[in-house]
Amino acid sequence: MALKILLVITHNGQSIDDQVHNAVTACLQLDAHYHAMILGHDCQSVVDEAIKMKGLQKLFFVEHASLAFGLAEPSAESISQFMSDYDYILFPSNTTSKNILPRLAALCDISPITDVCEIVDKDKRIFKRPIYAGNIIETVQSEQDTNILSIRSASFIKTPISSEADVVVDQVSPELSSLQSKHLGSEITKLDRPDLVGAKVVVSGGRGLGSIESFKLIYDFADCLDAAVGASRAAVDAGFVSNDYQVGQTGKIIAPDVYFAIGISGAIQHMAGMKDSRIIIAINKDADAPIFKSCDYGLVADLFDVVPKLVKHLKK
Amino acid sequence: MKVLVPLKRVIDYNVVVQIDSSQKNVVTDHVKMSINPFDEIALEEAVRLHEADVVEEVIVVSIGSELSQEQLRQGLAMGAHRAILIPCDDAVANDPLSVAKILSTLVTRDGYDFVLMGKQAIDNDCNQTGQMLAGLLKWPQATFASKISFSNDEISVSREIDGGLDNVSCQLPAVVTVDLRLNDPRYISLPNIMMAKSKPLQIESLDALKLDLTPCLKRICLEFPQPRTSGEIFTDFDLFVKKLDEEEVWR
Repeated sequence: MALKILLVITHNGQSIDDQVHNAVTACLQLDAHYHAMILGHDCQSVVDEAIKMKGLQKLFFVEHASLAFGLAEPSAESISQFMSDYDYILFPSNTTSKNILPRLAALCDISPITDVCEIVDKDKRIFKRPIYAGNIIETVQSEQDTNILSIRSASFIKTPISSEADVVVDQVSPELSSLQSKHLGSEITKLDRPDLVGAKVVVSGGRGLGSIESFKLIYDFADCLDAAVGASRAAVDAGFVSNDYQVGQTGKIIAPDVYFAIGISGAIQHMAGMKDSRIIIAINKDADAPIFKSCDYGLVADLFDVVPKLVKHLKK
Repeated sequence: MKVLVPLKRVIDYNVVVQIDSSQKNVVTDHVKMSINPFDEIALEEAVRLHEADVVEEVIVVSIGSELSQEQLRQGLAMGAHRAILIPCDDAVANDPLSVAKILSTLVTRDGYDFVLMGKQAIDNDCNQTGQMLAGLLKWPQATFASKISFSNDEISVSREIDGGLDNVSCQLPAVVTVDLRLNDPRYISLPNIMMAKSKPLQIESLDALKLDLTPCLKRICLEFPQPRTSGEIFTDFDLFVKKLDEEEVWR
C-alpha cells in the first residue's frame, strides 16, 4: 500500500535550505511520490524552486504575513491544520525544523523521531538515529500511525532538482491565533571564511597551539584552503578562541569532506563532533595521542614547525 | 518572577559511553554522572537573573531516577532556592513528550512566569522537550538562546541559527532553551555545597499528577557506529605532504 508522505520545506525566504534535498532522498525511500508544504509570505521564488523537486506530486503553499520569518508558534499551528491524513511528515534536520517540529508534535500528541540516519523498515516504522553525539546508534520502533521525522543530512545523499515541473500548487491560508513572538531581525554572519556548519573543509586547532597569538597559524592555514576554522573544547577553555568555534559533543557537530585536527589530542568529546568527516587529518607531536587511532592521515611533528611549511607548500 | 529550570542527570560528557549486555541500555554503574551541560547553562542564567533582581525565585526540577537528587543538590549549590524531584523510570525520563507533559502540569499547577532549560540533553540528543512544553502550554518559545534580556513583560532573545543569529522577542510567560554561548557556569564553592544541604528538596509522586504517559517509541537496540580505521601515520613531513597531494585533499 502506498504511503502518504508530506515533506515540510524549510527556506530562508529566497531559496530552499540545502538540507531539503537530502530529505527528498528520504521521501523517495518511503514512496515514489510525496506532497510538500511551504510556509511563508511573499516567497514565490521558493515555490518556483520547489515545484522542480523529483517525485513531488502536490505542493501546499501556506501563505500568511505571520509566517514571514519562520516563527515556531504560527508555523506549528499552520502545519497542524493541514497535516491530516498523512502516514509520514518529514522535515530536513536544521535549526528551522528543530524550532518548529517538536512544538508541532506536541500539538498533535505525537512523539517525533529526530535526526533519522537510516530508514530500516518503513512499514514497521523502524528507524535509526544517533545518540550520545553519534557515539551510539539507537534503533527505535514507533507504535504511532502518523509519524513525524527529521532527516539527518549527512546520512542521505542529495536528490538533484529535475528540470521539468508538473506539480499542482495549492495556495492555502491558515487560521492563526494572535502572535506571541515578534521577529526583530536576523544577523546572518558574513564571515571572511565559510561557516563551520556546512563547510567542505575545516581546520581546527587545539590546546597544542598554546596561545591566542599562535592560533593565527590556524587562520593562515585555513585561508589557504578556503576552509572554516574550528577548535577543541580545550582550546576554547584556554581562551584561544570563543566558544562558537567549538567542535564536539557540547559544541558543533560537523561532517566536512576534509577535517584537519591540529594540536588536538582527540578527546572523546571532540571526536563526537567530527568523526563523520570523510577524511580526517591529524598533526600532533605526541605519537600516542588518541587522534592518531581514528584519523586517515597523521603526521607526528611539531605543529609550529610544519604548519608554516604546509602554508608555504599550498601557496606554491 | 518565578523561574523553573529542569535539570537532567546524564553521563558526564568526558565519559566513553558503553552499551550493556542487553544491547538496550548504556552502562551507568560506576560512571560519572553530571547535570546536562546545557541545563547547567540555563541554571547559571537563572541564578544571574536572580542576582540582578530580575527573578525572585529559581526552582530546579528533575524528572528521572532517585539518584538525580545529586544533580539537584548541585543545582541548589549553584544558587537555586529549592528543588523538586519526580522519580520515574527511564522510559518516561527519556521520552521528551512525557517529560514535557509532566513539566506542563507542574507549570500550570504552581504558576511559573517562565521556564529556562537546556536546548537538548547530551544523552539522547533529542532537542525537543522545551519546544513541546511551550506547545502544550500554548506559550511562546525562544530556542537556542545565546543572549537574553528583559523589558517589562517581554523577553528578547538572540537565537543561534544555522549561519548566524535570529533576534526575537516573546511575551511572558515563555519557554526559553539555551545554547552553549549564553554563559560559562560558575564553579561551586565548598560553603555553597554545605549551604545547599539545608535547602528544601521535595520529592513528588508521578502518580499524583494523574497523567496518561505511555511512550510511543520503543527502543529495539543500541549499537556502536562503524569504527574509523586507523590510517597512515607519518613522521616525515615530505612523505606526508606527498600523500596528501596524491589523495588530492587540497582539491
